[in-house]
Amino acid sequence: MTITAKRPGATLRDSGRGLVERVARVRELGIVVALAVLFGVTGAVNPEFLGLDSLRDILLNSAIIAMLAVGQTLVVITRNVDLSVSSVVGLSAFGGALVLADNPGLPIVVVIAGCVLLGAACGAINGLLVGAAKVPALVATLGTLYAFRGIDYAWAGGRQVNAADMPDSFLSLGSRPVLGVPLLALAAIAVLLAVGWMLRNLRSGRELYAIGSNPAAAVLAGIPVRKRVITAFVASGALAGLAGAMWAARFGTVDAAAATGKELDVIAAVVVGGVAIFGGSGTVYGAALGALLLTGISSALAVLRVDALAQTAINGALIIAAIVLDRLLALRVAAALRRRRYRDAR
Amino acid sequence: MADSPPPVLALREVSKSFGAVRALREVSLSLIAGEALALAGENGAGKSTLVKILSGVHRPDAGRLLLDGEPVEFHGPADAQAAGVAVIYQEPTLFPDLTVAENIFMGRQPRGRLGRIDRRAMRAQAAALFTRLGVPLDPEQPARGLSIADQQLVEIAKALSRDARVLIMDEPTAALSGNEVTRLFGVARSLREQGCAVLFISHRLDEIFDLCQRVTTLRDGGHVADDRIADIIPDDLVRRMVGRELGALFPKQDAVPGEVALQVRRLTREGVFTDVSFEVRRGEIVALAGLVGAGRSEVARAVFGVDRWDAGSVQVGGRALRPGSPAASMALGLALVPEDRRQQGLVMELSIERNIALAGLAEVRHGPLISRAAERVRAADWAQRLQLRHRSLADAVDVLSGGNQQKVVLAKWLARQPSVLIVDEPTRGIDVATKAEVHRLLSELAVGGIAVLMISSELPEVLGMADRVLVMREGRLVAEIPRGTATEETVMAAATGIGGGGA
Amino acid sequence: MPADRFSLLRRWEGLILILLVAVTTWASLGVDGFANSSNVSFLLLDVTEIALMALTMTLVIVAAEIDLSVASTLGLSCAVLGWLWNAGLPIEAIMPICLVAGALCGALNGFLVTRLGLPSLAVTIGTFALYRGLAYVILGDQAVADLPPAYTSLATATLGPIPVVTLLVAVLAVLFVVILHATALGRAIVALGSNEEAAYFAGIRVKRIRFWLFVASGAMAALASLVFTFRYASARADNGGGLELAVIAAVLLGGVSIFGGRGTLPGVLAAVLLLGVVRNALILADVANEVLNFVTGLLLVASVLAPNLGAVWRRRTSPPLEGSLEGKSAL
Repeated sequence: MTITAKRPGATLRDSGRGLVERVARVRELGIVVALAVLFGVTGAVNPEFLGLDSLRDILLNSAIIAMLAVGQTLVVITRNVDLSVSSVVGLSAFGGALVLADNPGLPIVVVIAGCVLLGAACGAINGLLVGAAKVPALVATLGTLYAFRGIDYAWAGGRQVNAADMPDSFLSLGSRPVLGVPLLALAAIAVLLAVGWMLRNLRSGRELYAIGSNPAAAVLAGIPVRKRVITAFVASGALAGLAGAMWAARFGTVDAAAATGKELDVIAAVVVGGVAIFGGSGTVYGAALGALLLTGISSALAVLRVDALAQTAINGALIIAAIVLDRLLALRVAAALRRRRYRDAR
Repeated sequence: MADSPPPVLALREVSKSFGAVRALREVSLSLIAGEALALAGENGAGKSTLVKILSGVHRPDAGRLLLDGEPVEFHGPADAQAAGVAVIYQEPTLFPDLTVAENIFMGRQPRGRLGRIDRRAMRAQAAALFTRLGVPLDPEQPARGLSIADQQLVEIAKALSRDARVLIMDEPTAALSGNEVTRLFGVARSLREQGCAVLFISHRLDEIFDLCQRVTTLRDGGHVADDRIADIIPDDLVRRMVGRELGALFPKQDAVPGEVALQVRRLTREGVFTDVSFEVRRGEIVALAGLVGAGRSEVARAVFGVDRWDAGSVQVGGRALRPGSPAASMALGLALVPEDRRQQGLVMELSIERNIALAGLAEVRHGPLISRAAERVRAADWAQRLQLRHRSLADAVDVLSGGNQQKVVLAKWLARQPSVLIVDEPTRGIDVATKAEVHRLLSELAVGGIAVLMISSELPEVLGMADRVLVMREGRLVAEIPRGTATEETVMAAATGIGGGGA
Repeated sequence: MPADRFSLLRRWEGLILILLVAVTTWASLGVDGFANSSNVSFLLLDVTEIALMALTMTLVIVAAEIDLSVASTLGLSCAVLGWLWNAGLPIEAIMPICLVAGALCGALNGFLVTRLGLPSLAVTIGTFALYRGLAYVILGDQAVADLPPAYTSLATATLGPIPVVTLLVAVLAVLFVVILHATALGRAIVALGSNEEAAYFAGIRVKRIRFWLFVASGAMAALASLVFTFRYASARADNGGGLELAVIAAVLLGGVSIFGGRGTLPGVLAAVLLLGVVRNALILADVANEVLNFVTGLLLVASVLAPNLGAVWRRRTSPPLEGSLEGKSAL
């Protein structure tokens, strides 16, 4: 990808602004282009890939990862990370499924709300560890990744909930389309738009960016840093809880190992989507596009009859490519800004 | 006036310590509506600590804070801001990823329905602030990449937008040009006339006398004097700050310059400094003067190899230096005592002896292993020579006072017996007594045949210590002034480019 | 407070040691089958790979970096071994190739971190997936099991209750303890992990040291892969999945600061053993394997939380913001 952002003309004071905006756009545009190439090439080899059923499948498959990526973005923007999401999904999926199987009469809304609350509680533990007790996020959520999964296993005690144990009305949520679009994808899109709007338009949303951009300045600016960080973790946890309910509805069969290892897919989506791992920049839309791209690739691999085992390697290569690209863009911008400032000074 | 209103904000016998360092001792001060108060004192006198107490960053260990005469406690910066205190810090505190407008209004953005931020209004208000300040900044520009001066202007706009009752400016002019300073003062005056209380900190005495009505002087964390500006002259103020006559402070001995030890030719780092050439001889102390941001430290960093250079050459003792390698520079006898002691000079968590050994690990080895005995001897030797005040050499350096920390940095480098010593702001933030010791030491080192290149923002230090003064402005070397003709006027003229300092 | 900090640190390592002794005593007395010699060998064997990788991981984390890709490197090395063995190469030729492959994995990490200035967390999350994926690409989901008995039996052989490979671990442990705590390199690693800029200003070759630490980490993972493969007599692409978390948990539990600059190898080795003993005892006591995760997670959080709570407590009475803002990222 070439960036044509070095024209030293125009009004000097404006060039920096244009440059940075262009880079941000290039970043999200890059994923869209990658998606287009992916669909174009795969579609050319096998037109069925672009069929409605196939597209619906891809959308459905990326819904859960996208939902988690949105929550993860909230945390990463504040210069933290939540590795425990997959365990929260597993706990919530198994818990929700088990409760439903044991109490078939329970209203589904209550169960889903319970899953969200359970997730939020897990998120609150992470948030308190990081925000209040100042445990580094990596350590805290690595610990709770183990701990939540351990609780999950202890609760399950080797049991498994099968699709047959759960009411059809719940399972149908996992595949039912509304106006041709899968319900789960709609839910993910709704969450995406809501969080995206809040991050852009609410003071608290902007404060998350401020915290990640310069934590010391955020304190001096009177931002309630601790509260915001805790809130970000609670939100990430709650979305993971919701994703757990979605997981149970989608797959029907759930045991304590559900969603193991998914935290890396989520972080991959976020990083590929252009959210800076050291906070302060990136959008949930980018993260969701990242989730879509990663899911699209795995579907394409199946269509192209490439060994599914290559998926992991491709994910890894994509993450590396994304951070290298981000770094090169940033260096370029810094150099351009430095030159511009120097010209201004003279 | 007998029934004058109580000060807007006041400190009463406030004390504050950090570890072993007593930053403030029973300091009192009053900020009165419609009046500008200067806070004078040398680096390390406790000014910044006092500012941080007023702004809610630190809480005093003892003493009281009074708001409109009532005791008040600031639990954090948010409390201070709610009380109407706005601060422009020495170092800009911006969010690089956000736009200038967002930086100004963070946490107070104008809102429309649903709590939605009204970006158009925010942009317009920011633009209005910049118009009022008379600067052509674009509110939608990201803060990343702004020059220091522009960042400072954003900080000023931020303070302005708060309609503050108390405006605190901690050395806001250090990086500003003459025009920008004039503009800033215009703003400060109009705020004061509208009933705002102003606290102003600056190293430039003319600015204090220009802007303020009263001055409170601190020395070594203690309160020294309160004066009405109209009652004193600058010399009085200097005497209060320093605590003795200036002459005694700079025990410069004469030394005969020897051969060239450091030769810098046409050194250029794109966008930072251009075409810098000079030489330093053995036995000489050469000062590199200029405004903050003129590129002095950057030249020192490049010469030492911390940063790369794009063109030019550096020779030490006649041998060409490989660019971009501190290790290679050290091998040729170069040493750099950096600007930021805590960040660049010391590993704060390590002990005194380990810090001193750090630049010479190869010299305290016994076979492949580190010899703790050799390490201790090296540290003890230099601690004694520099009269380091410490309890145990095994203590972490962060328990030492600023001056003693600086001695550890000096010891670390002197133990290598360098031929060229570059010192960047060698006495920043250290107490007066230690300052004199450092000056005496530098002078002795020069007499002993070391070439000393000293970067300093304190003119008295430059004038008192240097055999020659090199002046930088906007990345270029613009003047070389011998000791005989170096005065405050000639150096400042060259540094600011006013009154013909060469081109 | 730094004096405080050091003594707290010492206390922490002491605490781990005391905990280790206490748990071992409890298990010997209270858990059937713990204190016999075959179980002791099993326990020691079981922590071999973690102990090996913890040695280099300690240096990496003390240098304020992290390597999440170690277990994937181990997997990739296993896959290379299986693939080359299937191709008919002699095992004596394969083993050095595996070590080189591991070192190359580490070199890629090191290159991306030191030359491109990328955060090691992001880089090694990427290579975590990449190396494991390459392992699958190379070996697919087959298991190569017909490995030479001379090596597989050596990997599980014991001298008394002490497995032979434990001697390897012990020798390397001594070497690493000396490197970290008594050589110029070790001093440099601690200094650059504590304050990279000051270390660089003191002429320490920060990037070069970090690069080689990543290389060492990769090579060590490959060495661990050889032990792993021969021990289980099975080379698979998914060998050692999840071990990176166990390694990092042990290192942090051993008192190494995630921010770099602080930590000792004896503490880490005690923590490796502690986790091994707890795991072993709980398995003998018939606690489900996965529930052990809970204990591991809890210990990990506790290891960082305990010192921090003290600091939070102190903060209550002194300035509100001192030290609450780490210069480095919270990652």
